[in-house]
Amino acid sequence: MKPSSKANRTAAFQRRVILLGPQRLFPTLIQAVSALEAEGLPAGRIAAVTAGWEEREGEDQELSAHLGGRTINLRIWERGEDAYGRDKELHTAVRERNEKLRVLQELYQLRLAHLLSAADAILARGLPPGLQSIYQEECESAIEAVRALDREHLIRIREQHTLFEERWKPFERESVTRHRDELGKLLADCSLVCIAGGHVSILLRRLRLFGFPQLLQQQPLIAWSAGAMVAAERVVLFHDDPPQGAGSAEVYEAGLAIAKGVIPLPHADKRLELGDRRRVALFARRFAPDLCAVLPPKTRTDCIDGVWSAQSGTRFLNAAGDLRELEVRP
Amino acid sequence: MSGFVQELQQRAHEDPIAIDQWLRTRKLPHVDGRNVTFVFHGAADSVHLRHWIFGLPTSQAFTRIPGSFLWHMSMQLPENSRMEYKLEIVRGHAQQLIHDPLNVVQGHDPFGGNSVVFGAGYQVPAWTQHDAETREGHIEEHSIHSEAFGGTRHYSLYFPARYRTMRRYPLLVVHDGLDYVRFSALKTVLDNMIHRLEIPSMLVALTQSPDRLREYADDPRQGEFLVRELVPHLEASYPLLGIPSARGLMGASFGAVGSLSAAWRFPGFFGNLMLQSGSFVFTDIGSHDRGPVFDNVVRFVNEFRDNPGRPAERVFMSCGQYESLIYYNRSMFPLLQSTGMHVRFSESRDGHNWENWRDRLREGLSCLFPGPLWFVYE
Repeated sequence: MKPSSKANRTAAFQRRVILLGPQRLFPTLIQAVSALEAEGLPAGRIAAVTAGWEEREGEDQELSAHLGGRTINLRIWERGEDAYGRDKELHTAVRERNEKLRVLQELYQLRLAHLLSAADAILARGLPPGLQSIYQEECESAIEAVRALDREHLIRIREQHTLFEERWKPFERESVTRHRDELGKLLADCSLVCIAGGHVSILLRRLRLFGFPQLLQQQPLIAWSAGAMVAAERVVLFHDDPPQGAGSAEVYEAGLAIAKGVIPLPHADKRLELGDRRRVALFARRFAPDLCAVLPPKTRTDCIDGVWSAQSGTRFLNAAGDLRELEVRP
Repeated sequence: MSGFVQELQQRAHEDPIAIDQWLRTRKLPHVDGRNVTFVFHGAADSVHLRHWIFGLPTSQAFTRIPGSFLWHMSMQLPENSRMEYKLEIVRGHAQQLIHDPLNVVQGHDPFGGNSVVFGAGYQVPAWTQHDAETREGHIEEHSIHSEAFGGTRHYSLYFPARYRTMRRYPLLVVHDGLDYVRFSALKTVLDNMIHRLEIPSMLVALTQSPDRLREYADDPRQGEFLVRELVPHLEASYPLLGIPSARGLMGASFGAVGSLSAAWRFPGFFGNLMLQSGSFVFTDIGSHDRGPVFDNVVRFVNEFRDNPGRPAERVFMSCGQYESLIYYNRSMFPLLQSTGMHVRFSESRDGHNWENWRDRLREGLSCLFPGPLWFVYE
């Protein structure tokens, strides 16, 4: 089976999405923009989101220069500060929701540690001759238990967001709508949207505050690092060798669901033990059918009409425990 | 007899220049699993291995291969060990302590350093080495007038890369801070850990005492200086968070005693303590045998054990298993835990030296000041 077909999705509107590897040392954004323009995208302004850089949001001179001075920084982080400054009630409510989400995450982590440990222990047993079917069933069952927990956790997270939005109606509050109106106008003038990396939680929550996906027109999206992660349906945090803790990848949030069928893994070459077949297999099987896209610098993967393809060299985690190349787009 | 020693014996009667040339092609000391063989080639009446591993004889004699100037000595060294040593060469009445001329690996300290042998499996941690991708911070030199000490005290201040005055930072104060920079690669470690998001961007005050054995041994002036003078000055001058959970104090050996003493005298001021190979010598009965320089230390540790209070919120302790201080540190661990503080204790197969303290920095700093690694993807 070709990996791109595994990730095939049907939808009424399929936005063109490009996910890039980290841009700091090897910027490739301009090549991606040029490629889109060669395909017919009008060479207009480019909306830039750098809210993941927090108070350094405005330090986007390199990004702007790289794109020939065509960027308009949407200043999402700054707008969030302004909204919270004007609307203390909303700010308090956001903090309370975030605290609930933090507690949910803590409890999920406790359960996850045991389930992952069990799945890993079973995978480590291998497949003795004559008993393969028993072990395969147990492996699958153990991984399915992890998947079920991930699903349940995501449902609870979404419930918290729904409860928050129903009660506090952020999109009807003047502190938010004034910025939504401005953002809508800015975005209408842009032919392309870019989301940079940074702090994934702050980036996601600031974008959600303004209902960012609903403000987008049909522009293509290019995202990298944390920007790629928040664009996905699920935000998965990962690091196999943190200085503290077990390094168990965890579902952290519901993403913006702009990039579907993919778990972006920026810096996976540094953050994951890609040579450890058991870890790779568990990761890939746990998040299947989504593609776990390894996105080190210089890589690029595209979603056209719901199908993921890539430039040569971009790889994804495979259920067999190795890395496979994505189908190369003709 | 190991194959390597057999090879030595076979070559012992070759031309001395040929032996030297052959030795230069070998990685020495020779490590084969747990077995380590030291080699010396030269004229001497006797050759001894001098090391500081507590529990082993501090001097171990080499064997001379008859009819040659080739000497060797083998010993067991557990996996992942790191051992510092010198060679003692005796010629007539003269004794000379030298670095191992056949080993290029050396550890450094204020007294000149030692040769180092790595047990099987030990590797110098990559995060202690320069990384071209890492954004580098910088160090500035400052001074402050101290009422407590009655004079000017110099300190250095580490600023992280991308330091911004609009952000507020944690503060770590380091006893013997410049020694940590010189001998434990502290600046490189801070740069790397901050760049890799394993600790948050922070300011680090590097203090250096002109009389550390006295001032760190529960001298009340040291705590006064840190808590009433240096830290308030820094918090007034720089964008620091200024709360106990964002303040840390650390040191090694007597510097660890000074850290615990200051925290004990001003409980709750520093939320985080990092105590490396603390010289926490105490007595249950009678006197100690460590010399007068330890008198104040023993008095302090005995008082502390009687009434530990709750000096901080979080403590990271480390100690080498090859130090005599390991037993004191093991005793302190449950005592510190009993105070209700969150305490972690890490042992290593190493001695009382700066590279042991360097190798524990990642675990200790990330334990006390966890960084945004899990959340930041740039």
